Amino acid sequence: MNLLVPMSTEDGGFSAPGIGEFLGLPALFFEGTPFEINRIILVRLLAITVMLLLFWLALRKAKLVPGRGQSVAELALGFVQVQIADQILGENLGRRYLPLLAGLFYGILAMNITGVIPALNISGTALIGMPLVLGLVAYVVFIYAGVKEIGAGKFFKNSLFPSGVPWPIYILLAPIEFINIFIVRPISLALRLLLNMMVGHLLLVLCFGATNFLFFSAGGWVGLFGIGTLAFGFVFTLVELAVFILQAYIFTLLTAVYVQQAVSEEH
Amino acid sequence: MPELVMAAETNPFLPADYDIIWSAFVFVVVMVFFVKFAIPRFRQILDDRAAVIEGGIAKAESAQVEAAAALTEYNQQLAGGRAEAVKIRELARAEGVKILAEFKQQAHLEAARITAMAHAQIEAERQAAVASLRQEVGSLAIDLASGVIGESLSGDAKASAMVDRFIAELEESEQYAAGEKAKA
Repeated sequence: MNLLVPMSTEDGGFSAPGIGEFLGLPALFFEGTPFEINRIILVRLLAITVMLLLFWLALRKAKLVPGRGQSVAELALGFVQVQIADQILGENLGRRYLPLLAGLFYGILAMNITGVIPALNISGTALIGMPLVLGLVAYVVFIYAGVKEIGAGKFFKNSLFPSGVPWPIYILLAPIEFINIFIVRPISLALRLLLNMMVGHLLLVLCFGATNFLFFSAGGWVGLFGIGTLAFGFVFTLVELAVFILQAYIFTLLTAVYVQQAVSEEH
Repeated sequence: MPELVMAAETNPFLPADYDIIWSAFVFVVVMVFFVKFAIPRFRQILDDRAAVIEGGIAKAESAQVEAAAALTEYNQQLAGGRAEAVKIRELARAEGVKILAEFKQQAHLEAARITAMAHAQIEAERQAAVASLRQEVGSLAIDLASGVIGESLSGDAKASAMVDRFIAELEESEQYAAGEKAKA
């Protein structure tokens, strides 16, 4: 990780960021209880508070002729409605699952975006709990949707024994489908989100940490490398911003796709 | 590196209990907000707006239909008015011709009447002139004859008969002379 920069183990030196960015953070409130709040939890709470507040302010006095805030909020919800709910699930089903999908999208987006907000500088989703809970929600929701819309028997039959395949293949296919749908899906949703956020944070910390070290601690001509690392940090900040939106979109989109597959009569 | 020690101690894929609890809390709050407030409000406002727009479109359509009907009616009225105007004009022309003819006839009649009256007057005057002439010539002739024969013949029936005969002869001779003149 730090081949380019001199490694220093003494105080004031450079050390590459590691897992300590996420784990073993000092508790800020309720230490030792199940309600312990550390930095990342606090960022989460702050992020959704701000997000909900913005939506509330925008929609509080919704009018026929919208103001600026209301227009933005309508555009934001319209994006999820048109691009995800209606497109994947269709008008009828999309209508029922829109609140869930909109909540997932803007919840994830709000908690992701704190990763580039100064003074917060970490995504609320960069700790396993949140992605895991959301992955489980998606899991429960698509199984619930399948059981409710087409019945338990048909749902499991469609999922494990997709039609259009000669029956001996089922010996191989059914276990694969089982692992894919009922084990891999929620875990992949959670891990994709978690790892993107963790890696993004590590990249930014590496860039800015190195810049800081090179400018103020390294001394001499080596310090000029700091300009390069700063530029990288700037570029990666923009990349991360795109990744935050993309990950929120992917998570929501896949949830919708899973629901759609679960309720479809034929695979 | 103390970080590595910590990483060994804790697995990043195993959540702490407080992590799960706060995550679930966050999720529930977000869901309640979107299910109870944001999405219903969003739909409400879109539906209201759609209703207003549809109402506006319907109103505009009905207005257009009304306008088209009014235009047709107006055109019909205009055509009717034009036809009536033509009829009135025809009528007026016919009336004018009739009146003109009447006036002409009246004028003719008047002229004929005046001419006839003039003729009658002339005739009457001529008669009067003839009568008075005859009387004057008669008395003149009698005076003359009285003077010649020395006798008063006035008032005598014989005398007046003689005068009449004389005049008749005079007229005859005049007519004879005129006949001679015509022959010549």
